[in-house]
Amino acid sequence: MNDLRDLYQEVILDHNKRPRNFRILPQPTHQANGLNPLCGDRISVYLDIEDDVIRDISFQGAGCAISSASASLMTEALKGKPVAEIEHLFDAFHDVVTTECECPKGLGKLSVLAGVRDYPSRVKCATLAWHAVRAALEERKEAVATE
Amino acid sequence: MNDMSALHSIIPSAPPPLEELDLARIRADFPILRQRVHDKPLVYLDNAASVQKPRAVIDAVSECYSSYYANIHRGVHLLSERSTAAYEGAREKVRAFLNAASAQEIIFTRGATESINLVASSFGGQTVKAGDEILITGMEHHSNIVPWQLLCERTGAKLKAAPFTDAGELILEEYERLLDSGPVKLVAFVHLSNALGTLNPAKLMIDLAHARGIPVLVDGAQSIPHLAVDVRELDCDFYAFSAHKIYGPSGVGVLYGKKALLDAMPPYQGGGDMISLVTFEKTEYADLPNKFEAGTPNIAGVIGLGAALDWVNAIGLERIAAHEHTLLDYATARLNEIPGLRIMGTARDKAALAAFTMDGIHPHDIGTILDREGVAVRAGHHCAQPVMQHYGVPATARASFAVYNTRDEVDVLVAALWKVKEMFEL
Repeated sequence: MNDLRDLYQEVILDHNKRPRNFRILPQPTHQANGLNPLCGDRISVYLDIEDDVIRDISFQGAGCAISSASASLMTEALKGKPVAEIEHLFDAFHDVVTTECECPKGLGKLSVLAGVRDYPSRVKCATLAWHAVRAALEERKEAVATE
Repeated sequence: MNDMSALHSIIPSAPPPLEELDLARIRADFPILRQRVHDKPLVYLDNAASVQKPRAVIDAVSECYSSYYANIHRGVHLLSERSTAAYEGAREKVRAFLNAASAQEIIFTRGATESINLVASSFGGQTVKAGDEILITGMEHHSNIVPWQLLCERTGAKLKAAPFTDAGELILEEYERLLDSGPVKLVAFVHLSNALGTLNPAKLMIDLAHARGIPVLVDGAQSIPHLAVDVRELDCDFYAFSAHKIYGPSGVGVLYGKKALLDAMPPYQGGGDMISLVTFEKTEYADLPNKFEAGTPNIAGVIGLGAALDWVNAIGLERIAAHEHTLLDYATARLNEIPGLRIMGTARDKAALAAFTMDGIHPHDIGTILDREGVAVRAGHHCAQPVMQHYGVPATARASFAVYNTRDEVDVLVAALWKVKEMFEL
């Protein structure tokens, strides 16, 4: 069970059970939907961006523990950040969940998802919310899919 | 579920059950089952997605390629004659397995999906017009929904679905009402639901449609390895299945169709092997079944299917079904011991699989944790999203059984599910 605990860390289970920023923003400046056709997980992200800074961010949807916790942790990590940093953070996060890299500094709590790298079929769960944020910034209308 | 009525509806006289020794012999036929995954013995319970292959099938495919492979239906040389004989021999085995009247009624395809697409395109394209209707059920696999939607888009016809109860049983009164509520040109329904395990009353549904002059396609992708199918007794007009669900190779499927219907239908695809004469002005099509088998088929795969049917016949489909029912009854009872676990699909007539959810735990997470315990199950929407929508869940976990599964493996599954609960209870 130890290796499974590397994936299902307490922080992840906590964010799965009590997701942060789990609500709909009333007047978001940006919004997009993410879809994982493999398992049917759906997620909606809402951003309130002012002066190129993420003033507020939230999400809603139904997904597995990994996608829910990842979305929750992502909203915490991105709130208050300049928009310009998102791509950099996503790249660093993507590296953490797909490669045996040293966890880059500045990722903070996001690095608890590093265990995903040993479960290739679950990488899409961990990155779904991030893909949705990227789609929101690009103002894409149709749901972005992980497949 | 817990009574034996489902069993008796399939098996007229109970055959001798599989003894432990038989089961050990059967398991020994499957080289893949001997391995460990994540350092645990493999417990393969994803049989509804695809079933593992016995040595006889692996050897038949291998022998074809290593000793007599050549293209079929054209060579005058010995290898081509041998390959053709083996390929057509497999067609005869399928005919006998389904009790079809003629081997001409057996069309080889790439799988059940292509079989259904063939009927939608050829029969549907010829018969279905704007304003017509096609009737399916609410518990179809996407492969028995989307081909009809495509046909409806092309023709302006309408697709209707007969609903089912929360137990997962088709509401027959609604089915009958929908048969009468418009110009239905074809009924297509799943024999055994891959998402619920429901066994639909095929004979009754076919009779009700025929009483109104409506032809019927039965999607047998799941039923074929679990119950004896007699297409003449059922009187279905089309029956589709895939070899890989009945211990045969992937990439091979079968469409059974009544000869009169197939004769009247235009070809599905054009190419070699499906013609009798080609000039640039006009082409004459070959007779059945070649008319529907354009191009070089999956020769070794078809031969492998023949070997798979021989293997199944040697054990007996009735004994296989009885063994799987015993397992399903045991698994159902054990799964119901787990608090917060809910089985989706509790139809009276049910076979071979248990789909379930667990409170507060996503099926994807269940699947990952079970995998680390060596247990392979399917987690997802099972290509039956309308079924998921009925229950208001995005996905389920599904344990599905084959002849080689054991009670001990059910115990491993149940123990692993308790670990899932433990993992998520902080």
